[in-house]
Order: sequence, then structure tokens, then C-alpha cells
Amino acid sequence: MPLVKNGKISDDAFVHVADDAPLPPDGAILISAARFLEDPEAISRRLGKTGVVWPNNRDVDDLVPYLDRLAAVALVFPTFRDGRAYSQARLLRERFLYHGELRATGQVLRDQFVFMLRAGFDAFEVRKQADAEVFAQTAKRYSVFYQPTGDGRVTALNRRMQLRHSESAGL
Amino acid sequence: MYAYDELDRTLINERVSEFRDQVKRRLSGELTEDEFKMLRLQNGVYLQLHAYMFRVAIPYGTLSSRQLRQLAHVARRYDRGYGHFTTRQNIQFNWIKLAELPDALADLAEVGIHAMQTSGNNTRNVTSDQWAGVAPGEIEDPRIWSEILRQYTTLHPEFSFLPRKFKFAITASAHDRAAIKIHDIGLRLHKNAQGETGFEVMVGGGLGRTPFIAKTIRPFVHGSDLLSYVEAIMRVYNQYGRRDNIYKARIKILVHELGIERFAQEVEEEWRQIRDGALKLDDSVVEEIRSRFTYPAYEKLAHMPDELRKAAHDPHFEGWRRNSVFPHKMTGYAIVTLSLKPVGGPPGDATADQMDALADLADKYSFGEIRVGHEQNLALPHVARRDLPTLWKALDKIGLATPNVNLVSDIIACPGLDYCSLANARSIPIAQELTRRFSNHDTANLIGRLHINISGCINACGHHHVGHIGILGVEKNGEEFYQITIGGRADENAQLGSLVGPAVPYAEVADVIEDIVEAYLALRANPDELFVDSVKRLGVEPFRERVYATR
Repeated sequence: MPLVKNGKISDDAFVHVADDAPLPPDGAILISAARFLEDPEAISRRLGKTGVVWPNNRDVDDLVPYLDRLAAVALVFPTFRDGRAYSQARLLRERFLYHGELRATGQVLRDQFVFMLRAGFDAFEVRKQADAEVFAQTAKRYSVFYQPTGDGRVTALNRRMQLRHSESAGL
Repeated sequence: MYAYDELDRTLINERVSEFRDQVKRRLSGELTEDEFKMLRLQNGVYLQLHAYMFRVAIPYGTLSSRQLRQLAHVARRYDRGYGHFTTRQNIQFNWIKLAELPDALADLAEVGIHAMQTSGNNTRNVTSDQWAGVAPGEIEDPRIWSEILRQYTTLHPEFSFLPRKFKFAITASAHDRAAIKIHDIGLRLHKNAQGETGFEVMVGGGLGRTPFIAKTIRPFVHGSDLLSYVEAIMRVYNQYGRRDNIYKARIKILVHELGIERFAQEVEEEWRQIRDGALKLDDSVVEEIRSRFTYPAYEKLAHMPDELRKAAHDPHFEGWRRNSVFPHKMTGYAIVTLSLKPVGGPPGDATADQMDALADLADKYSFGEIRVGHEQNLALPHVARRDLPTLWKALDKIGLATPNVNLVSDIIACPGLDYCSLANARSIPIAQELTRRFSNHDTANLIGRLHINISGCINACGHHHVGHIGILGVEKNGEEFYQITIGGRADENAQLGSLVGPAVPYAEVADVIEDIVEAYLALRANPDELFVDSVKRLGVEPFRERVYATR
């Protein structure tokens, strides 16, 4: 499954480690929330970065105390129709000011890229090679946004207000 | 009317080109039907019994004549020459071809019409009072806020994959014509002691197989906090609404299971953290939206012009005027409701020719504006009273002057088994038969205000629970049966109806309804007591006795 990061297909620095597999002594790993929460201290002492796959039916509040030691949080779309991870992503980015990698996993398809970007995701385990290949142009499908999120894109309302101010200033 | 600016236009054009690409990928097999289904639903496209059905949004029920002509064009060019107005200020086309949908959407986008989120598990078309901006006594025009909500809910990056569909309705009048209490979020605009605009927010209303009347979650949310409060509700719902069972996924079930107090606490907790953030609506922002609405330049006119005085001698005109013409906030003007319930016709249908002719009449007599109400009727919102006699003749010619507004034959009905893949039973032929039984307008006037609502299945698109008389089609051993309820209402005193007796087969429905109406005529305290008030006073029992005694 191709990983898209920084807008293009990239090598995955993280290794998915199953719950019953031994942890490698070093290197970046992506492990389940359950495994991480069993002993966060021990895992954090490992050499190498830690990433956690956080389920979409558990409050991110439980992860918040550990955010500063995580290099990646992977949120899950069991199907693309299950949108809980959008709320989790916005909370992590906008409320808890998480700055590490925020990865979308599961049924990640082309037609949700813009929503995911707006919610704060910056890494994507894309289901289909063809979708991953058109990531950059798909991300530019929309140029107008009605809602403010933490992604910094200027909303339509704000653009209108700016326009109005520059008009009234005679610019 | 709200006028799109360059940004609004850009967004819907971007949406059309995205959908064109999605259809192309579906037709080439690149997208599976499972993947495509949600994408087409989010653009208003259902797969029905015979063909794709295409549902187009008419936000808060306002249309310009130019937009109505374009709907007529779509009906003619891509469909079979007619459209069906729904109970949620949408219009549906029943015979559209998938490959032509992107072109139809592009044609609509030219006049600022879209089909975004008219189905799917996202926020649906924001609906409002069809008399918004013209009703006497209205606190302020709720369409400003409806448009703010329309923009806020369109392509929301967090709430486009909710547990289930999500519907807003908003009113600013004491009499609720928008049925806000049967919506996921109902908003009643009012002012606080300081004279500031805000909303009573109601949550968790809805019909379907588990009907609920919405409960008040907060009596006053300041206008500037409207979006942050709504976002808090939606965030709680997106995270905790049930996703294990489609029939328990609406917010009404979450509200019911948690209880309104606990649900309100969750929302309050979330809101506390976002209310002073980017969603705050400054006055200047609200004014910016308000400035994009244009209002007619009304003339100073007499309340009782000569034209009207003369026409009063014509009993046909008078019958129509008394039934279909309503007071306007401006002296000398009137709101005219156009019944889409002709005798023997399917409720809510209009032909392309009718739409074109009506667009011309709107230009001539109503400042180019048309409204669509949840009762599946249309309205001309700014008619000079002196023009009423001429307008009436013109409307009569195109079959839009049936004087049965709010009467027994003004029936709300879903498409039912004639079109819909979910239906268990037919709705339209029941409605047609009832309009024939009650085709005498004098009798109908004697009966007075009486709303009949028909749904062809438990999903309740015909809002049968809140009909004064509700008719629900069910399937029993392979046959169509109908459950009948009485005493429901959808207004500010919203209430669910009660079953009047056992379900009856298709052939007996009209007889039973006639018997219920006769029972009412015999039981009412006086001719001014409406059907629904008689039921409230007497309960169901006397009706059950009279209607079912001989069955």
C-alpha cells in the first residue's frame, strides 16, 4: 500500500509491528494503542521513533498525555464511510496542538483527500496505487472553503471580508 | 434572494468537475459501486426502482425565475418533462441517466443551483419558512442565517461522513411553517432581553421508524455563537452517534439514549472549548451575507384596490382568493400559495411547461421570485393585490389555481412504490383517489383545515406521523396495507399521531378516511373547531368507535 507524505509517494519510515510480534530494538515503529498503553514508558525508552495506531472509537483524550513523545499517530477509517477519525484529527491538531505525523489509514481513497487534508492529516496510507499517483492534483481540486479548520486555508467568509476592506480602503 | 458571488460559483463548479471525474471513473470500472454509491449520494443521486433519481436542493425554499426556468430545462432535456417537489425544499427528477448527470449539474450550476448533500450521511439542505422575509410579524429574515448555515455545512471536512443523515430547519415566526421540531436540529430565531438575535436550539427530532419530537437543548444561543454551538453538537454526534445499526444511527437515538440533560452537558463541554474560536460570527460577517440578499422595491399600494373589489363578485375568484391568498408584511401585497395538488394528480409534481409559465408570471407579478414549501406547494411571495384577479386567471390556465390549500385534498405524499426502492406500498394512487373523493371544494371548505400525510414505508418521507391524518403503507403477506393515525401535527405544537385502528387493505383506505372525516363532522364542537383540535379534545376513541364499529 503506497504511503503519501508531503504530497508525494514516499518510503514508509515506520514499520507496522503486530501485537504478537517482538518489538525491534531500534527503528521507527507503528504499534497499536493497546500495546502502547500497556507500558508507554518502556516503549518510549526504545531507540527509534514511536507511532501509535489509535482506534476511532476511543477518545483521543487518553492519548494526550503521551503526544510529545510520539512521532506519528495513525487514525483509522475502517471504511471511508466512517468519519469519526476526522473529529479525532481536528482535536489532535487544533486542541491538543499535536505537530507530529498524522496518518490516515484504512480505506483511504482519492475522493476523501481534501477532507483529510483539511482535518489535519499529512500522511496517507492510500488503498489504491492509482489514487496515490494523483494525490497532488486531487488535493488541488478545491480552491474555495467555507469552514475554518486548523489547516490555515482562508475561508470564503474571510476572503470576502478582506476584499471588502481593501475595497473600502480604495486599494 | 441570495446572489452567489465568485467564490460560491467557483465552489459549485469545482464540485461539478469533481463529480464528472467520479462518474467517468465509475463508468470505466475504476470505482466499484460500493465506493461510488456514497459519492453519488452526496451529489443527490439515488438508484431507484426504474432509474437513477436526482434530487436538487432549493436552499430555504427560495428560487428565482431564472433558476425555475433552468429546472424546467433539466426536466425537459434530461428527464421526462416534469419534476417532483419534496417535503424538504428539494426537487426530484425520476428518470435521469447517469452519464448525463454531470451535464445536468453543470447546467444547474450556471444559475447557482446545486445538488450537494441532498442525500448521504451528511448535513442535508437547510430548510426554512417558505414565507421567510414576507410573513407579517416575522422577527427577522431567517434566510440570512439559513445561508450562513448552508455555507457552513457544505463540504464540511469533519462532518461529511456522519453516522446518518442530518437535517436543519429554521424559522423566525411564531407560527412554525418549517416543521423545525421534526428535524435533527431545529432553530427558532428570537431576541433576548437586550434585543439581540439568537436561537432556541432544538435537537433530536425526526420521524422514520422511531419518531421523536425535538427537545430544547438551549433556550437561547446568541447569533454570533450559532456556528460554534452547532459544531459542538455535530462533533458530539460524529463521535458518539451509533454506527452499528443504521436504524439507530440518527442523533435522535443518541439524544434519547443519553437523555437530553447528559447530551446537553457533552455539548456544553465541547462548546466551552470552541465558542471563542474561528467560528465566532462578528456582526460584520453577518452583514456581509445579508448584503448579498436583495429585496424587492415595493410600491405604496392600497390594501383594497378597485380590481380586487370588482373581482369579488366572481365566486370562483373569491373561492380561490380566500383559500390561497395570504397576508403580506407590506400593505397592498399578498403571498399567493400555488397548490400542486390538482384533483387526481400526484402531489408535488410540476411539468416543465408549468415551471416555465410560472417563471414568467413570477417576473410579471412577484419580482421574479418563487418559493417552495414543505407541504409540496409553491408560492409567489410578493404579489400586488391589484394583480390578483389577472394572476388568478393566468394560474388557472396552467393548472396552478386549485383552491385546496391546507384542505383535505392538499395531501403530502412520498413517491412510494411507484418509484422508490425502499417503499412497501404505493402512496401516489392513494393520494389521487382521496383528491377525487374530496374534489368538491365547498365540502372541503366545510371540513376546514386538515392535513393528510402519506408515506409508502416506515422511513416516513411523507411525514405521516405528523399529519392530522397519517397514512403509512406497510406490507402484510405480500399485500399493501395501511396504518392510519390521527392527531399529529408538524407546527409549533408538534405532536405524533395515534393509531386509530388496525391496518386496512389498499382498497379500503379512502373509505376509512371518509369515515374519519364524517366522524369529525359529527363530533366537532362547532364549525371552527379544526379536525386536529377535535382529536385533541376527544382522544382517538370516539373516532375508532365510529370508523371501525362496522368493519
